Amino acid sequence: MNIYIQKEDFNISSLMQELKKKSNSVGAIASFIGLMRDINDGKTIKSMTLEHYPEMTKKTLEDICIKAKEKWKIIDLVVAHRYGPININDNIVFVGVASQHRKDAFEACEFIMDFLKTNATFWKKEHHADGKSSWVDSRKSDDDALNRWQ
Amino acid sequence: MKVNILYFAKIREAVGVETETLEINENSKVSDLLYFLQNREEKWSEYFNDKNNLLRVAINQKIVDVNHSISDGDEIAIFPPVTGG
Repeated sequence: MNIYIQKEDFNISSLMQELKKKSNSVGAIASFIGLMRDINDGKTIKSMTLEHYPEMTKKTLEDICIKAKEKWKIIDLVVAHRYGPININDNIVFVGVASQHRKDAFEACEFIMDFLKTNATFWKKEHHADGKSSWVDSRKSDDDALNRWQ
Repeated sequence: MKVNILYFAKIREAVGVETETLEINENSKVSDLLYFLQNREEKWSEYFNDKNNLLRVAINQKIVDVNHSISDGDEIAIFPPVTGG
């Protein structure tokens, strides 16, 4: 189980290789990649800055991954999340789960993302095309997504 | 007792403080601290009256509610709902 919180971009193929090479019993890998898009709530976005609370981010992500490991049969998992300046089309987050069978990998991957969205201490600030900036508000849909695991 | 307070994102920007050390009364709860901060200048009261329930508090990196007791040396982080991922 590896958690990377970093400013620079991460390499998706090496993260996938890390999961693949963990064991010969890996029969399924499910992954999610979150990217920076150019539009949010109808506004054109130029770039973004991600702030975080380093000491808590790491702990929270570890807790989420441990919960996932208790709930599903997981061989290994990797979470990578960036902070700092992010541009259009950049990777923001990667979650990869390796298991023997696909159901565990699919479900655990969704579970980790739903908890990450609502618990991991990151905050996005968007920089708009008109030169203004604004902090992103949390979404109710993210809370709803979390509730289905309760 | 002394506590170290950290502010993040929108709240940090609004109050213009990133971190501060405060001397607070023994047996204080999170609600007492928020009440104290709310009674600073206007830029503080705007956020700390928390009418819209947009304040989150973590003590020593764990989310707590307003009834949580504060201990000497605690690291108290105050921030809006998270928006990562």
